[in-house]
Amino acid sequence: MYFGFPFRPQQASTVSVAWDHLFYFLTAVAIFFSVLIFVAIFYLAIKYRRRSADELPPPTRENLPLEITWTIVPLALTVVMFVWASSLFIRDSRPPAASTEIFVVGKQWMWKIQHPEGPREINELHVPVNQPIELTMTSEDVIHDFGVPAFRIKKDVIPGQYTTEWFEATKTGRFHLFCDQYCGMGHSSMIGWIIVMPPDAYERWLDSQMKVEPMSAAGSRLFSQLGCGTCHGPGQVAKAPSLAGLAGATVKLQNGQTVVADDAYLRGAILTPRQVAGFPAVMPTFQGQVSEDEVLQLIAYIKSLESPQGSKGKFQ
Amino acid sequence: MGTAALEVPSISHVNYLNASYGWRSWLFTVDHKRIAWLYLVAITFFFFVGGAAATLMRLNLIEPQGALVEPATYNKLFTVHGLIMVFFFLAPAVPAVLGNFLIPLMIGARDVAFPRLNLLSWYIFMLAGSVFLYSVISGGVDTGWTFYTPLSTTYANGNVMSAATGIFISGFSSILTGLNFIVTIHKMRAPGLTWFRLPLFIWSMYAASVIFVLAMPVIAITLALLVLERFFHVGIFDPALGGDPILFQHLFWFFGHPEVYILILPSMGVISELVAAFSRKRVFGYSFVAFSSVAIAVISFLVWGHHMFVSGQSIYAGLVFSALSFAVAIPSAVKVFNWTATLHQGSVSFDAPMLYALGFIGLFTMGGLTGLFLASLATDIHVHDTYFIVAHFHYIMVGGAVMGYMGGLHYWWPKMTGRLYPEGWARLSAAIIFVGFNLTFGPQFILGYLGMPRRYAVYPAEFQVLNVMSSAGASILAVGYLIPLIYLLWSARYGPLAGPNPWGAKGLEWTTPSPPPTENFEEVPIVTEEAYAYAKET
Amino acid sequence: MSGAHSGALVAHQFDDAEQQHASASLGMWIFLATEVLFFGGLFCGYTLYRGLYPAGFEAGSHLLKVQYGAAYTVMLICSSLTMALGVRSAQLGKRKALVTFLVLTILLGAAFVFIKLRFEWYGDYLEHIVPAIHWAPQGKALAEITRLGASLNHVELFMFFYFVMTGVHALHMIIGVGVMTWLLILAWRGRFSPDRYNQVEMAGLYWHFVDIVWIFLFPLLYLIGGRY
Repeated sequence: MYFGFPFRPQQASTVSVAWDHLFYFLTAVAIFFSVLIFVAIFYLAIKYRRRSADELPPPTRENLPLEITWTIVPLALTVVMFVWASSLFIRDSRPPAASTEIFVVGKQWMWKIQHPEGPREINELHVPVNQPIELTMTSEDVIHDFGVPAFRIKKDVIPGQYTTEWFEATKTGRFHLFCDQYCGMGHSSMIGWIIVMPPDAYERWLDSQMKVEPMSAAGSRLFSQLGCGTCHGPGQVAKAPSLAGLAGATVKLQNGQTVVADDAYLRGAILTPRQVAGFPAVMPTFQGQVSEDEVLQLIAYIKSLESPQGSKGKFQ
Repeated sequence: MGTAALEVPSISHVNYLNASYGWRSWLFTVDHKRIAWLYLVAITFFFFVGGAAATLMRLNLIEPQGALVEPATYNKLFTVHGLIMVFFFLAPAVPAVLGNFLIPLMIGARDVAFPRLNLLSWYIFMLAGSVFLYSVISGGVDTGWTFYTPLSTTYANGNVMSAATGIFISGFSSILTGLNFIVTIHKMRAPGLTWFRLPLFIWSMYAASVIFVLAMPVIAITLALLVLERFFHVGIFDPALGGDPILFQHLFWFFGHPEVYILILPSMGVISELVAAFSRKRVFGYSFVAFSSVAIAVISFLVWGHHMFVSGQSIYAGLVFSALSFAVAIPSAVKVFNWTATLHQGSVSFDAPMLYALGFIGLFTMGGLTGLFLASLATDIHVHDTYFIVAHFHYIMVGGAVMGYMGGLHYWWPKMTGRLYPEGWARLSAAIIFVGFNLTFGPQFILGYLGMPRRYAVYPAEFQVLNVMSSAGASILAVGYLIPLIYLLWSARYGPLAGPNPWGAKGLEWTTPSPPPTENFEEVPIVTEEAYAYAKET
Repeated sequence: MSGAHSGALVAHQFDDAEQQHASASLGMWIFLATEVLFFGGLFCGYTLYRGLYPAGFEAGSHLLKVQYGAAYTVMLICSSLTMALGVRSAQLGKRKALVTFLVLTILLGAAFVFIKLRFEWYGDYLEHIVPAIHWAPQGKALAEITRLGASLNHVELFMFFYFVMTGVHALHMIIGVGVMTWLLILAWRGRFSPDRYNQVEMAGLYWHFVDIVWIFLFPLLYLIGGRY
């Protein structure tokens, strides 16, 4: 803060410092060349100003080495920028293995968030500091975008598919959450707060929340309400594949394709089923019968199921 | 009035303006120079409509809670501003006004290749504009100029269909104009006027026309699908029915990014002309500047994915689009360096068009350099969809394209009207626009870096200081645009006579009287020298 | 000789007939390039969804009546032939032959549009397989969709592409028939000569383009899914 006036967004995540260094480099390059061009224009225009109305300057000479120089130098600079930016981007695009998964559903015009332990929040997300958090996000209507400037993260939240982003907060405090993708009338009020707490305070906050069932338990309840067990229940291996250990496993489809049963696959299998090899095509669609929240709960339940070998099914 | 008219010297020779009179002679003209005027009147109207929307937006943003209008109205304002400025002002500004007027004059032709098609383009443009204005007057549209699905197909309440239909129609006007120009440049050049003797304005108009012809049909079919989907509720872009909203973004930006170069390339051509004329020198590195226009046109079709870095596209697609987006910066940089080098050992005068041109070079440089932040994967994530983007593309579109248009309009105004505008006022307004522009859009870079998202009707209070600065700048900018409207209109009637070549510039358009006769040249010119042959070879 | 001697045959902006012809021809090719991009958007969407929903597209294709598609293909190839012969006749200044071939081209084109609307599309309507407007597949259609395990939504999406792509194509055919009729009137009045047949040649280019689009549409819409 200078003169009570911020020139830099807060740096509150593990990626923000390194990303800012790249930003400063780009800014330096931009300022250098802007100043270079401005100074050159002023200097040349004044030095060679017209001194008499009928003045005729000498002819323009082509200068190939100069042309090549000012093609190669910017090219080299952009190669540096490209390599630097891309390596940062690749390094930071996958969440650490120990991430906690939290689920986000965007809706005109609010953020609905659910923790795996069960608590739900609207337009607020409480997280512990120094803990990587992976967000799995989808939308109930239009495209939104979950952006947190202090963490330097931003990702579109798209209906009909899951997108993910992750962050690890390094400072406690309240940080703005913005919807960055224009989403209709209330777009500018679709903002909220990320509240980063010390781990013990976060535990107390979790405990203080209404006693709600964890997502997997809610999913289990839905599973029986919707009658999924009739085909997918224990022992019913003739009609439908067993779901135990399914999450993260590879699945062979009737059409010969092999796919990994990630969140997106599980969502598709519930809403727009595809025939799995060796099973009849009897699975009905549940499109319109379950909300995006409920799909996420069902997925949480499926992920919680132990595989027959005893190893817990794990995504990724 | 009567006495003033007596003091004004009159234009005695028969020219395209006084060859015939009456509204029929204008509305049914096939003379490219009169059609240019038809466009000029139309786009000036649209410019001030779009500008009024922008003014209301900036006024609203003086206060965090919105000083003037409801968010619903604000959303309509930025949608109307974007659509009008992109499709009804910038796209036709330099091409349809200056291009129409100048391409035949610069290449020594009597008219464009298809004069009736040219007039048809204008009527299609007016039809498109009318349909669009109908959508605005009858309730407006609030999707943003990008029409992102499924907001536009399912959730938006405004007149999406009529607005999209207006844009759809305007696409055909642009296609026909581009087609006309390409054929004209290929087939209508005067004897001796080889490709490498062409003024650079022609090269950049050619590049822009190629983009017109190849990009506009894609947006046309995309908007047609959008309208069909909104009407019939078939889910081609709606995930609820199996469609993919991201497909719309791919199709939109496949058009949308080349479109940006449609807007800037013609102005780059203008700048080449201005820098040469007011330095009395051939543009430095002529062939590099010429080929950089072609390079921009080609690469512009391959970079659309950088608009979608945060929409969940694969890392590998991101890398490819990032690399190509960096690549498109190189030809622009080459142009800037060559323009600057043209001043070296020149005879530089500071007439108003040159002030616009020098302003263009500086502002375009800043706009281009801030584009690097958006080509680079990591930094784009942070500034994507923020005011940084708004600032960046206004530096290109206003600092670049509009400055070029204003400079060109002043430079060729004496040719179009036969009269000179008041130089003092013109220099003053160029300075006001430069200052007002930087004050408006400079703070927006910082706003965006701080994280303020674009298209926000209300915003957190910590962003207020910069927003007020920006709004203050906008009021200066508005004054800067109103002054030329007044003095240019005045000068068209009362300005001193210009003569055929008031600037002492080279180029076929300056060899014919001002205003030119209907057939442009009394006899077909034969070209024997390079473009910009100011100095005798020693 | 150029310019003044060609008289009204050459528009005022051109120096000579050769320049005029070259300009018209280049203009037409550029126009066709924009048409390729216009249809390209549709083909792009088609490709994406066919990749995403192979079963839905297979089932959708099986709902179409391939005998119509085959008949159209024959008709359009024949019409391209009559069009080409028409252009040749104009070039040689054979008025009667030109009129005959234009009439044949118009008949084939009009028959295409008529059969498409009256029989094929109306048939689809009766079968409840018009997306959004009349969409409730039943009987054989539904059985085929079920057999292939396709989602109704995806089949609807295919049918939407089918109607839009063939609809846009049919619109081009209608415009083409209109242009041909105009040419026919001009030809009847003897307005074409070996010096002056630009319009016939340009219309011919357009007509061949529209035919070629069909050559792509036919297999992509009617013949996928390993039925034949």
